[in-house]
Amino acid sequence: MDTFLTILLDGLQFSSYLFIVSAGLTIIFGVMKILNVAHGSFYAWGAYTAAFFIGKFSDMGMPDALGFLIIIAAAVVVGVVLGFIIEQGILKYMYQRDEVLIVLATFGLFLVLEDIILIAFGTDPYFAYQPMALLAAVEIGGITRDVYGLTLIGVATLVAIGCWWLLNKTKWGTILKAVIFDREMGISMGINVPLVYTLTFIGGAILGGLGGAYIAPTISVAPGLGTEVIVLSFAVVVVGGMGSIAGAAIGSLIIGLLRAVAVHELPQVELFVVFAVMAVVLVFRPEGLFAPAKPRKI
Amino acid sequence: MFNDKTSKFLLVAGLLLILGGAFAPNWIVNQFMFGFSRALAILGLMVLWRTGLVSFGHAFYFGLGAYAVAILDIKLGVTDVFLRLIAGALVAGTAGFLVGFIMRNYRNIFFAMLNTAISMVLFGIVVKTEALGSTDGFAISMSTILGVSPETKYPLFVIITLVGMVAAILVNYYLKTTFGKLTTAIRDNEIRVEYLGFSVAHAIHLKYSISAILAGGAGALMAMSLGQVDPESMINWTVSGELVFITILSGPGNVIAPFIGSLVFEVLRTYAFELAPQAWQLIMGATFLTIIFFIPGGIWSVLEKIGGKKNDK
Repeated sequence: MDTFLTILLDGLQFSSYLFIVSAGLTIIFGVMKILNVAHGSFYAWGAYTAAFFIGKFSDMGMPDALGFLIIIAAAVVVGVVLGFIIEQGILKYMYQRDEVLIVLATFGLFLVLEDIILIAFGTDPYFAYQPMALLAAVEIGGITRDVYGLTLIGVATLVAIGCWWLLNKTKWGTILKAVIFDREMGISMGINVPLVYTLTFIGGAILGGLGGAYIAPTISVAPGLGTEVIVLSFAVVVVGGMGSIAGAAIGSLIIGLLRAVAVHELPQVELFVVFAVMAVVLVFRPEGLFAPAKPRKI
Repeated sequence: MFNDKTSKFLLVAGLLLILGGAFAPNWIVNQFMFGFSRALAILGLMVLWRTGLVSFGHAFYFGLGAYAVAILDIKLGVTDVFLRLIAGALVAGTAGFLVGFIMRNYRNIFFAMLNTAISMVLFGIVVKTEALGSTDGFAISMSTILGVSPETKYPLFVIITLVGMVAAILVNYYLKTTFGKLTTAIRDNEIRVEYLGFSVAHAIHLKYSISAILAGGAGALMAMSLGQVDPESMINWTVSGELVFITILSGPGNVIAPFIGSLVFEVLRTYAFELAPQAWQLIMGATFLTIIFFIPGGIWSVLEKIGGKKNDK
């Protein structure tokens, strides 16, 4: 029973941060048709920025609770600054080019951003345990869990609800859906598509940064952080169906829980199982496991 | 059939390089060995790129080739350079042929992603398996040539250059056959190709298998040149990215391009690393973006312009 609960909570926590990151990736793909390799860098930038300032503020004797504010601020600043620069400076000029070529361009960006991290933050790892220490631990069903990890599940749920609300209950959501469905028709209806693109990219980048910033207190923030996360989020969006928020949620639950089971029961297959699932889904349902049937455009 | 300008150039350049290599200092020979080993994989990716397919996972075949050499060395003590090369190409080629049955139905992002998935499956297995060296990988003993163990690395350089030369001439010939010419045609309009009476699936399957064989051979040669294999520098997705990077850098214009592109990459990386060890990826990434934006035809298109299009295609 204890093992089961541990696996379940580990899995949910892992799914949660995967979902936050992948939601950003999938929104960008859904609206702009860009598979953004540099998304891994947003994650890494979020983690580094948060860890750096949490450490700094703690050294200055500020209350540790400020950490949570820093996490959110780090995500927003990273998303807005990087997202804006990259979309306006580079991607804007690539929309007419081949989809695959844009993937390659974002790979180039990924390399650039990885090194700017090294230059800005150095190669030594950062530890920003303060917010985690602040919330201490709690006992659930006989096992001890740190509360910080549990709040991650709450944050992911909030992100999911927020995305759903934005897409289905606001004017912005309607505009987004119009652009996703038919970009040209959207333009002719008077939608400012370039603005929608910029905002979407920034929004996706903020989510990528949030994933990194929120996970930062639980890990040692070290170089190479973004490299692993980006392929994992690729696996998530592929399993759930690229461009769908619900898909990202289902994908991250499947990948997260599977990985937790693997880590506890058979650690050798931890990575294998994730990508095997990704490959199998691509082979049998390339559009994703739960992708809705699409109306055909003539 | 081999008396076109490209083949002749390859023959002459190859022999001149082999001659020159005898007098060149060690570090130059090394750069050429790494460059030309990798160029073999680029040759295959170039064929796919001309067809409009970009694989973000050819490190799978590269890694298979490299690890075939390592496993043969450790389990069976095989050190012969030709046996190693053939084993690498064969293992990767077989895998590529089998995977090709699925892969030939995929295009664009899905093609890139499925390749990534498969390569990461191998990465996941190797990283977590002690018997396969885990994250540390293996050291590989020096290659012997027909029973003789060479004093220097020069003989291996000669073999790599010869293999590269022969492979390039063969691929050049293949691209001139009718089936080989189905590259740009497929990229532009698959339905028309089908109407002309060709099977797009078969054409892509063959090209994919060729690229797998070449990538496997490249991995085997690279393992021998480096004297070691490890998953991070042989199988991880960043390696696949690197291979695609060199393909774009080289340009699809000619089978000579991958060799020039790989050398430029090797030199660029060495110098970038010496100049700014913290920022070499930044320099590479910026170069990559510049190529994508301003020189879509790669280095080859620049050379063509300088040469006033005297070189034949």
